[in-house]
Amino acid sequence: MKNRLNQLIASKYFSFFVTVLLFAILYGAGIAMYKGFMRPQVFLNLFIDNAALIIVTVGITFTLIIAGIDLSVGAVLALVCMVLAWLLANTGLPVGVCVLLVMVMGTVFGAAQGYIISKFDLQPFIITLAGMFFCRGLTAVISQDTIQIENPTWVALASYRVDLGIGFVSIGAIVALLTIVVAAVVLGYTKFGRTVFAIGGSESSSALMGLPVFRTKVMVYAISGFCSSLGGLAYSLIMLTGYNLHGLGMEMDAIASSVIGGTLLTGGVGFIPGALVGVLIQGVILTFISFQGTLSAWWTKIVVGALLCVFIIMQAFITEQKSKLSSKSSMEDNNDPPIQPTPSGAES
Amino acid sequence: MDMLKKFAGSSLFLPVVALLVLLVFNTIFVDGFLSIQLTEDGRLYGRLVDILNRSCSLIILALGMTFVIATSGIDISVGAVVAISAAVVCTMIGGRGDGVAQMPMALAVLAAIGVGVLCGMWNGLLVAKFKIQAVVATLILMTAGRGVAQLMTEGQIITVYYKPFEYIAGFLPGMPLPTNIFIALAMVLLVAVLMKKTSIGLFVQSVGINATAARYAGINVTLVIFLVYAFSGLCAGVSGLIESSLIRAADANNAGLNMEMDAILAVALGGTLLSGGKFYIGGSVIGAITIQTLTTTMYALGVSADQLPVVKAIAVVIICLIQSKKAQEMFDAWKARRMSKQNGKKTSVDGKVAEQA
Amino acid sequence: MAQALLEMRYIDKVFPGVKALSNVNFTLHAGEIHSLMGENGAGKSTLVKVLTGVYQRDGGTIVMNGKLISPKTPKEAQECGISTVYQEVNLCSNLTVAENIFIGREPKKHGFIDWKTINQRSEQLLAKLDVHIDVTKTLDNYSVALQQMIAIARAVDVDAKILILDEPTSSLNEEETKHLFKIMRQLQRQGMGIVFISHFLDQIYEICDHVTVLRNGELVGAYEISKLPRLELIAKMVGKDLSAVKDMDKFAEKSTPSEEVFLDAKDIGAVGKLREVDVTIHKGEVIGFAGLLGSGRTETAELLFGIEQIHKGSIRINGKKINLKNPMDAMKEKIGFCPEDRKRSGIIGDLSVRENIILAMQAKDGIMHHIPYEEQCKIADDCIKLLKIKVSDREQLVKNLSGGNQQKVIIARWLATQPNLLILDEPTRGIDVGTKTEIQKMAISLAKQRGMSVVFISSEMDEMVRTCTKLVVMRDRRKVAELTGEDISSDGVMKAIAGGAA
Repeated sequence: MKNRLNQLIASKYFSFFVTVLLFAILYGAGIAMYKGFMRPQVFLNLFIDNAALIIVTVGITFTLIIAGIDLSVGAVLALVCMVLAWLLANTGLPVGVCVLLVMVMGTVFGAAQGYIISKFDLQPFIITLAGMFFCRGLTAVISQDTIQIENPTWVALASYRVDLGIGFVSIGAIVALLTIVVAAVVLGYTKFGRTVFAIGGSESSSALMGLPVFRTKVMVYAISGFCSSLGGLAYSLIMLTGYNLHGLGMEMDAIASSVIGGTLLTGGVGFIPGALVGVLIQGVILTFISFQGTLSAWWTKIVVGALLCVFIIMQAFITEQKSKLSSKSSMEDNNDPPIQPTPSGAES
Repeated sequence: MDMLKKFAGSSLFLPVVALLVLLVFNTIFVDGFLSIQLTEDGRLYGRLVDILNRSCSLIILALGMTFVIATSGIDISVGAVVAISAAVVCTMIGGRGDGVAQMPMALAVLAAIGVGVLCGMWNGLLVAKFKIQAVVATLILMTAGRGVAQLMTEGQIITVYYKPFEYIAGFLPGMPLPTNIFIALAMVLLVAVLMKKTSIGLFVQSVGINATAARYAGINVTLVIFLVYAFSGLCAGVSGLIESSLIRAADANNAGLNMEMDAILAVALGGTLLSGGKFYIGGSVIGAITIQTLTTTMYALGVSADQLPVVKAIAVVIICLIQSKKAQEMFDAWKARRMSKQNGKKTSVDGKVAEQA
Repeated sequence: MAQALLEMRYIDKVFPGVKALSNVNFTLHAGEIHSLMGENGAGKSTLVKVLTGVYQRDGGTIVMNGKLISPKTPKEAQECGISTVYQEVNLCSNLTVAENIFIGREPKKHGFIDWKTINQRSEQLLAKLDVHIDVTKTLDNYSVALQQMIAIARAVDVDAKILILDEPTSSLNEEETKHLFKIMRQLQRQGMGIVFISHFLDQIYEICDHVTVLRNGELVGAYEISKLPRLELIAKMVGKDLSAVKDMDKFAEKSTPSEEVFLDAKDIGAVGKLREVDVTIHKGEVIGFAGLLGSGRTETAELLFGIEQIHKGSIRINGKKINLKNPMDAMKEKIGFCPEDRKRSGIIGDLSVRENIILAMQAKDGIMHHIPYEEQCKIADDCIKLLKIKVSDREQLVKNLSGGNQQKVIIARWLATQPNLLILDEPTRGIDVGTKTEIQKMAISLAKQRGMSVVFISSEMDEMVRTCTKLVVMRDRRKVAELTGEDISSDGVMKAIAGGAA
């Protein structure tokens, strides 16, 4: 029994199982406590309300896998919302062009951060922390007040609903799900994706194996910038405003989702579907708080923080357990089949 | 000349020069910048006093941050801890309009500082014991901390009418300077004495430069890291008192907002490497004053508080680049290439010889 | 003679302040196993890294198959057909075995990575090397020896013409080494040129055809191994006459340990680190822990110093049972420890010589009992004089000293604490011969004059034979023999290590 448990803990997907289980328990508790949880639409709303967070989490997961971090995601999201709102309000540019412009802006900003980090060998947290302040400040430079988006096309997009039979989802939710799929494929089935994991495992080994470390690192931060911008668009579709404080503290929500979903902060391990479930767990907690009605909104941040703590400590515990297990087994020599000498003559 | 050269190489060079530039700029463009007046009730007034007054909480934060960064960590939760400390002291004294304190102020002050230390200890526990990356560990408190402060104040701004509370950041009767300058001075002196009389400097630097070697030399690395974060929490707690006393209120949303960036900037400007190791308390103090002067100058230029981070973010990146070893190597290589271009002829001849041989 | 596979001519490499290679030539033929020999710091690994594109050479030419090449990155070197397996396995432990073999050149199907092919081909490749493991498990599930095989599989599969093996055997046991040699011969028959770097002379003589000797970044010469007697090879490596090498064996008289026991460790072990070792250390004794890398010699030392905690057995010091929970506990019992990896766990690079020397003493005194500056200076100066540390002044940063002087600073750090037992783990690694002898002599004189006990750990057998009065031989993380007196000889140790082999 204990052996089985150990094996389970050592399994690659252990954290994912825990996350899914936690989600199921939370949702089950919801159903038990509030009738409203039974409606399928409540489940679909999780995707609608958290579309932006899902997309941002995907981006930050890339940076976490290479053992980096991107603290600027929330600020980039706010900047994108603001620039988009400003462009739509003050220029006659078509919506498509505006969207393209803000996407390019966010991606280039991410790439620039990645370039500075990789080229000069600086700690990612300090550069992206500066990036966070830079973007927040820039948002305020554009406007210190809320800018409403009144562009009819954008408003129409925002209220557009896709009927799924059991309920409906927004465009943002669909984009979010697409992002998840694309990211999972890129990480699992492309050279670039595997290089990302290799760098997370060991940057120096990756370089010695001849992998393009520098290019990949810059691209990872560019992807994070891209996802933040895309998340900004999804956010904008919900809020229909540009405002300096949009997405405040979202970097922690995203990191928490990613970690809850099984990403190791030490790098090298990350699982995109897990990150999705991580976001959903936060979404359920939010739904709880809104159903409850009496709990104040501040609780969300505190609960998310606590959840992040619990999962990080659990990770630390699992890693320790795993290393103990592997060193123990390697000493008992039962895990490594010995290199078998072939009988002479068997090989030509 | 020698003295000048020595000064140029010292850690104080950058912050002092930056401060001087800012002061000169202000003297030229701001009327009466340097003038200091003595009012009838024996208080000093003037722009310079104002800057010093405003920089106190930052100086205190920078002290704590210096130690944290020296152990190659970071504490981005200080702003939130300032908000928590402010919330504690204000809710305990209470917002009664008749100016009566609900609880004795001394108790409230102690509680606020105590909560600051607790927050720091929490960070220290996560970083030292559970080995969580400092930035993530303190990010938790940075975001959740404001939620905690909001909970305490129930989302309200609590204004304190109790008179003695103003004294923390204001003038005690008969004193020429505001109290918080004395508090900051006391903190700096405390640290200076600790540096002189104990081995804290040696221990912290050892841990920051090479934690493994420090452990092998018998230093209790976990304890040192834990204490460093606890001290940073203490500093943030004291800063929270000053910040709340300045506005006589606890504003959970805005108290200490963006101060983590200012503190990091002050430490970096003061010559301490953000990758840890050698640290300079004096540099950090002057760095903090410089940052506050920059802030004041920017306000004078009409930049709003929300927009200011743009300037500071750029400053941080520039300082990082200056500190970066890689950037220095690249600069050296570039210089070497320029040199070799001048002697280009000679090397090409050498190359030929090698190929023929 | 046929055209050489690889010719490196007049290679120069300069690091800031040091000339790492000057005018070095190296020639490798197809189907040849060629050893690169030299002491630590002779320039072996620099030469390898120049060839594999990790470093850029500052002068000279590299010709491969008649074509000039200049690899600027490991990737370019690989594309030229040069593959390397490093001493510390350079793979990613979070990826699967198959992926480690194929990363960077994954076969694709419809534009996506074809995992099935990767797994199948990896199994085939490893099967050729007689390794049969689950290739879909992550690398950290397997032992270093297997990881090395996987690294070789990767290196061989990239269509390599030249394979560089940088100390691949240092963590392998005899069986595993034999297996590696078999594979090397197999590759040799296929016409591959192999560069083999190893510290073990026996292995060089067993497997190599030619040897190129380097010393202090310069070429000493290239020789046919069958025509070069061992002693001559050693003489060439250390740059001394034959007679001098022979004399090195009896340079000092050993210490005479007293009957009194200082430390007695019974059946100590730690999960994942050490199975079972018992050691008795007498006062005034120089005791050696012998064995290969990973045999448990360093682990034992770490247990005795409280860096890791014992999970079984007991440690008695001066007859009293002691629980060592951390280094400070050991320091209180007057034990000092100079760790194996000087850079990583020894020096504090950015601090001065003075600060590095007083560090342990200060840690012992506690943070509140600050040693006054004048006293610090006095202690530092005394140590610098006593150990003949070459420094410009005591405020020089330790990172700017040479390896040997850094080592002396760490020894000084512990001598300042007046220990009764000093553990020296690989104190002579990577430092020049002169300083090596000095440190060995010092270990003996400490035991003789101060009655101190010294634990001496080294990979170089003759060093141990020369200095130690007792040798504890370890293999596979347990003690296999204890040699004293006349039994102490290189031969005896080798036999003891090998004797444990199943």
